Formats: sequence, structure tokens, C-alpha cells
Amino acid sequence: MKTFLTTFSTIAAILISFNVNAAGAGVHLESANTDITDEASLQRGAKSFMNNCSGCHSIELMRYNRIAKDLNIDDADMAKNLMFNAEKTGSTIFSSMPEKGAKEWFGTTPPDLSLTARARGTDWIYTYLKGFYADDTRPYGVNNHVLVNASMPDALWQSKQDKTVQEFNREVRDITNFLDYVAEPVKLIRYEIGAKVLGFLFILFILSYLLKKEYWKDVKYGKWRAKD
Amino acid sequence: MDNNKNWIDQRFPLTKVWNEHLAEYYTPRNFNFWYFFGSLAILVLVIQILTGIFLTMHFKPEAALAFASVEYIMRDVDWGWLIRYIHSTGASAFFVVIYLHMYRGLLYGSYKAPRELIWILGMVLYIALMAEAFMGYVLPWGQMSYWGAKVIINLFGSFPIVGEIILEFILGDYAVGDPVLNRFFSLHVIALPLILVILVFLHIVALHTVGSNNPDGVEIKKNKDANGIPKDGIPFHPYYSVKDIMGVVVFLMIFTSIVFFAPALGGYFLEAPNFVEANPLKTPDHIAPLWYLTPFYSVLRAIPPMFGSQLPGVLAMFAALLILIALPWLDRSKVKSIRYRSWPYKVALSIFVITFIVLGWLGMQAVTPLYSLMAQIFTALYFAFFILMPWFTSIGETKPVPERTTEH
Amino acid sequence: MSEQEIDLKKRRFLTGATSVVGAVGVGFVLVPFLSSWMPSARAKAAGAPVDVDVTKLEEGQLVRVLWRKKPIWIFKRDKAVLANLPTLDAELVDPNNTADQQPAYAKNSHRSINPEIAVIVGICTHLGCSPTYRPEVGAVDLGGDAWKGGFYCPCHGSKFDLAGRVYAGVPAPTNLVIPPYHFVTDSLIRIGIDPKAS
Repeated sequence: MKTFLTTFSTIAAILISFNVNAAGAGVHLESANTDITDEASLQRGAKSFMNNCSGCHSIELMRYNRIAKDLNIDDADMAKNLMFNAEKTGSTIFSSMPEKGAKEWFGTTPPDLSLTARARGTDWIYTYLKGFYADDTRPYGVNNHVLVNASMPDALWQSKQDKTVQEFNREVRDITNFLDYVAEPVKLIRYEIGAKVLGFLFILFILSYLLKKEYWKDVKYGKWRAKD
Repeated sequence: MDNNKNWIDQRFPLTKVWNEHLAEYYTPRNFNFWYFFGSLAILVLVIQILTGIFLTMHFKPEAALAFASVEYIMRDVDWGWLIRYIHSTGASAFFVVIYLHMYRGLLYGSYKAPRELIWILGMVLYIALMAEAFMGYVLPWGQMSYWGAKVIINLFGSFPIVGEIILEFILGDYAVGDPVLNRFFSLHVIALPLILVILVFLHIVALHTVGSNNPDGVEIKKNKDANGIPKDGIPFHPYYSVKDIMGVVVFLMIFTSIVFFAPALGGYFLEAPNFVEANPLKTPDHIAPLWYLTPFYSVLRAIPPMFGSQLPGVLAMFAALLILIALPWLDRSKVKSIRYRSWPYKVALSIFVITFIVLGWLGMQAVTPLYSLMAQIFTALYFAFFILMPWFTSIGETKPVPERTTEH
Repeated sequence: MSEQEIDLKKRRFLTGATSVVGAVGVGFVLVPFLSSWMPSARAKAAGAPVDVDVTKLEEGQLVRVLWRKKPIWIFKRDKAVLANLPTLDAELVDPNNTADQQPAYAKNSHRSINPEIAVIVGICTHLGCSPTYRPEVGAVDLGGDAWKGGFYCPCHGSKFDLAGRVYAGVPAPTNLVIPPYHFVTDSLIRIGIDPKAS
């Protein structure tokens, strides 16, 4: 009997969570409109990420030298200007914050952002980063439209003040673009490889089609012949 | 060359096997588009085994390491991303191919006598493949892997009396965790592939014993020439080997398009929440199995709990799967092919296809009262197809079946 | 339709062309599978250059570090040892470094950049054991007076001098390997990268 109840309540809980989700998913997300082929944007995004985000957030599935290679950033330049939390270019990217401190400061450990773009989508990141507004009831005086009661402070508030709306949007877009790249680095190359593979298969298709047509003449003209 | 061949033939029936199954295996000349999917299924099986072998070299079947090891394959291993995407796309492609292959069977009555055993072996293959796919989906240890495993395994807990012990037996623990991941890994990588390969072999042996059906549903072996060769047969090799090669290339073009341009296919082949590591404390907002399991998931959800038990839904789900095995005996029609069947069967088959697709779609949606009602209606239609089959296959007028295959 | 002649030539050509292009395709497919066995980015990162500070290294002292999971010996030789090296030439297999077991900048009598500081991969060229450091001159078990200090492999008895050169008549065929390395400063060695100038 107990098992029935557990099973039933698990399934019920899941079913209910659908409805909760259906009710809560009403936030309109702005289109991030990012372009992963825009290398300059990715470079700016990397820089902005390292300066504004990497203090708290890791992207520990990513290596510095991979970013340097993929985004055409000089290794030395990378080490000097973008590597704040590691010594070797081959290391993965950890945040500079000790885990214990994080719990005390934010009540939670800031999540790793390696796969956020794949799990949440770029539109979510873009809208979230732009979605902070003043709210005195929150510990950092800000709240967020997309993730209500987010424990994160508005890390980009300085930019928001110093820059024009257009410049600020561009910065957020660059960071989003960079995170999209981080979530799937091979996205930069797989389209190109795919086009070549399809080209090759097309040639093979023509040959195999002609081959089939040639052999099937036997069948078409009412006579097949065994192999000589 | 000939000497070598003789040397082998005296010790192993190489030439005999070649002739019996390829060069002198006579296949109906009138195969159409629907007859590509058998050879394509074998191709996908080979692709999955090959990529699976290489993924296994880098994957870590341990709850603490599994998720990161998949991303290690995606990022750090040279070309690992491609091998992984081929494998994940291959899983879905397998079901696309198998569903079309099964639909072919429904269209042309390929399950009818004397091919019942081919159909049964195929159904066992299909069920084994579902188990294989489900266990494979658990391995990346993302949120969907974890919660999907939890829900499906919990189904077995709904059996009265023995439910709890079955649950602990499957889990090797009191919740989904490391033991499940480890045993699923073993079953996914060794046990089930072995079973699949053996079943495929038996499926083909049975097929080659009775010979292929065809779009006309004519038995070509009834019309043989003086040499004992079926008049409507052509040797599998070279005619169908060259045709299947062409089919393979077309399939690969579609397949690689997905692998390179949309490996997640909008969440149908790789679900977004599965890019978050499994977290036993937090259920994702919306969980659904991958598309190929959703028709049966819908049946499960359509049946409300009765007597405080989820058991009726679970039984309905298994019944929906197992009833397919009875198809050869439910179909009372004198003719095999849809071309010569009576109109009630054509209507019923169309409704069944729509039913299956709608159930599949519903299985991916969050439950609302409307969707629940729809799921119940379509579940009823699903079972009605089988229960009413003896009736609607024996009414209406069938067209006369020709002696020989029609030319195409 | 009447019977048509089978164009065997065309058939052979198309069969051949399809086979060749198909074989090329199989070749392409092999690339990702075989490449996946090469050292991954993680292995490469773990095998990154290693820095060793030799400021406090005393004469005769040997330190071991791991580079690419291999033991690297760094040790300091005094004047007497360096003076001894050329006198051993007659007993060695390859005293003049003809075999390609060292970078060009270590192809000298002391097999190092700085004569005093030796940097050597501590793996016996016979079957991969790591020889022991036996610097004491005249060790009785290693031939008494003839032994001028060096390395002795416990697995099969190969002997090397203090420049990693192999003695004749032992199983090891070649001198010990010198890894790529350079001096970042006078006292800091970076193992894994060649000097820029050379």
C-alpha cells in the first residue's frame, strides 16, 4: 500500500508540476538575436564575462586555451587580460569565489554557466540579464522579472549606468552570445563540416543512383541476368 | 582465387551462404519505397554499436562523474562531439526507421501467415529496443535521465504485494542512484545489444525461410519457372543491394543533416533540461520521455488511478505494447495488401495511424483536462483497432488479388 | 520493350566509381573514430609544461618531477663529475649522441643546456623501468673502481653515466631521453618547451 502511495504521489507531484509550470511560464522573453559566427561579439562577450561574471560563476567545462584558439585570442593576451583565476592556459574556468563564502553571501552557490544556454536558451539569458529592477525588499535591492527573487545582484548595473541603452544591449547580447558558444563550442565548426559531408554524400548519391538505374535495366526490360 | 574459395568452402559454407542469402535469394521485383527500412534498420544498428563502442571508452558510469564525462566527450575528446551526436541522433533515427518498417507490415499484411514468426520476432526486437533506448537515455545523468528513470522505474512499484520488493530489486537502493546507473550501463552496453543482434539474426533467418512479402501480397514462390526460380523474383544481389545502397546514401543525407545542423532537433532528440546535471532535490518543470516512447506514456497517463493504485494505467501501457504481438491472429482478412483490402480496413488503419501520432504528441504535453480527455479517447481508439480487427477485416468487399505481381 | 544489350563497360565503371567514392567515405569516417584515441584536451592540459626552480638545488642532489606522467630527473653535477664524463667514452655505446635521443641543444658532451644542471627523462630505454640514482664513485656492487657514478636500472641491470649515456654490454640499446626544456630565468627551468632562440 505504501508503495502505491509513493508511486501515485510521485506521479501526481509531477503532473501537478506541469500545471504549476503552465501557470508560471508566462514571462515574455525577448529575442537575444545572437550570432555565433560574429567573432568580434564573442571576443567582447568573453572579456565582459571574465570581468563581470567569472568572479562568482564558473564555466568549468571550458578551458582558457580552447577559448583562445576558437575565438582567435592570442594565448599571451588571454593569460594577461582574461585569466583571473588560473595560471595555466589549459585549465578549466573556475570562479574566484570560495564555495563557503558564496553560501554566506548569496545563500546559494552561484551556478556553473557552462551549459546554461542549452538548458535555458539564449533568449532567457538575454532577458534575465536585462530584467533587473529596484526592489528594496531584496537583500541586494534588486529583483528580476524573469527569475523572481533571484539571489544574484545586478552585476551589470555599472554598465547600465555608464552606457547608452544601445551599448548596454549590445554588451548583454555579447555575453549571451559568448555563453551560447560556451555551451556548445563545436557549434562554431559543425555547420561547415556538415555542408562538406552533405556535398560528398550528394556525389555518392548520384553515383549510386546511376548504378542502381543501370542494373535495374535488366529488371525493367523483363530480363535479369546473373553475375558473369 | 578459386583455390582459396574451394579451401574455405570445404571448411565453411561461404559460397552456399552467399548464394542462399544474396546472389540466389529471390526477392519480389516490385518492392517500393517502404521496403528500404529493413536494411536501414540494420545500418542504424551498426552505427549505434560502432559509436557506442567508442563512447564507452570515455564515459564514466558513476553518478558523480557521468554527466561531466559526457561533456568531456563533447569538448575535450577529439571529434567526441560527432561520435556522441551520431549516437544520440541514431537512437531517434532507429525508431523512425522501425516505425516506418512496422507501418510497412501493416500496409501490406506482412505479418500474416506464413510470416507470423517474423512479426513476433520483430515485436520482441521492438520491445528490446525500447528498453535499450530508455536505459541509454539514463546514462548522461541529466535531469531528464534521472527523473525519467525515476518515473518509469516507479511503475514497477505499482504491482500489488511484490511492488516494493521489485522496486528495491531494480534500484539496488532506495532511490535512483549509482547502482541503477551502473546496471543500466551494463545492460545498455552489453546485454541488450547482444540480444538485439541475436534477434535481428533470427528475424532474417525466419524471413529468408519463407521469403519476402511484397506490395501486392502475392506469394512469388507459387509461380516458378522450369529452373525453380520464382518468375516474379529477382536475385537480391545485385539488384536490391544496389538499390539499398542508394537508399542508405539518401538516409545518410537526412541523418547527417540532423547530426550537423540540428542535433537536438528542437528538443525532440536531445531535451534541454538534460543539459542540467541530475538533482534528486529538484524535479524539472516539465518532464516527458523522448518522442518514441510517448504514445505508450500517454496510454499510461490516460488511465486514472483506481482503488488507490496506478496499476491499471501500468497494465494498460504494457497491454498496448503486447497486443501488437497478437496482430497475425486478429487479422481475418483473406488478402494481405492494402491494395486489395476492403474499405473498412483502410479506414481503420488511417484512424490508427492518426491515433498513434496524437497519442505520441499528447505524451509530450503537460496534462490539462482537455488533453486528459483526448488521451482517454485516443487510448480507447488505439485498443479498438485491435479489438475490432477480427470484425472489420472480415467485412466489406476485397478486390481480387492478381496471380502475379503488378509491374512497376 | 525489346531486349537491350547490357553495357558491361558502363556497369564496371559505375561499380568501380561507387566503390572508390564509398571507400573514400569510409576513410573519412575513420578519422573521427581514430582521432578520439589521441590525447584529449584534458590529457594535454595535464601534460602542460612543468616549472622547476633550481635555486636551492645542491651539487649531487637530484629532484624528480612528473611531466606528462613521466619522471623527469633534475640534478646538479660538480666539476669532478663533468671532468669524468669524457673519460668514460670508450665504455659507452653512443658517447657522441648520434642517436636521436635529445634535442639539438643537448647534443653535447654533458647533454644539457647548462653543463651543471642535467635534465633527463628517468625511463630506461630498455623496457621502461625507472633507474635508480647511484652517484657514489666506486660502488662495490656496480663494478667498484670502474663506476664513476650514474644510474642503474633494477629491472634488467642497465647502466648509464651521469649524462644519461648508456654503457656497452647492457640490455638498454640507447642513451636516456632528454626532454625539451629551457631556462626561463637562470634558476627556473620550464620542462616541455624548447628554448625560443634555437
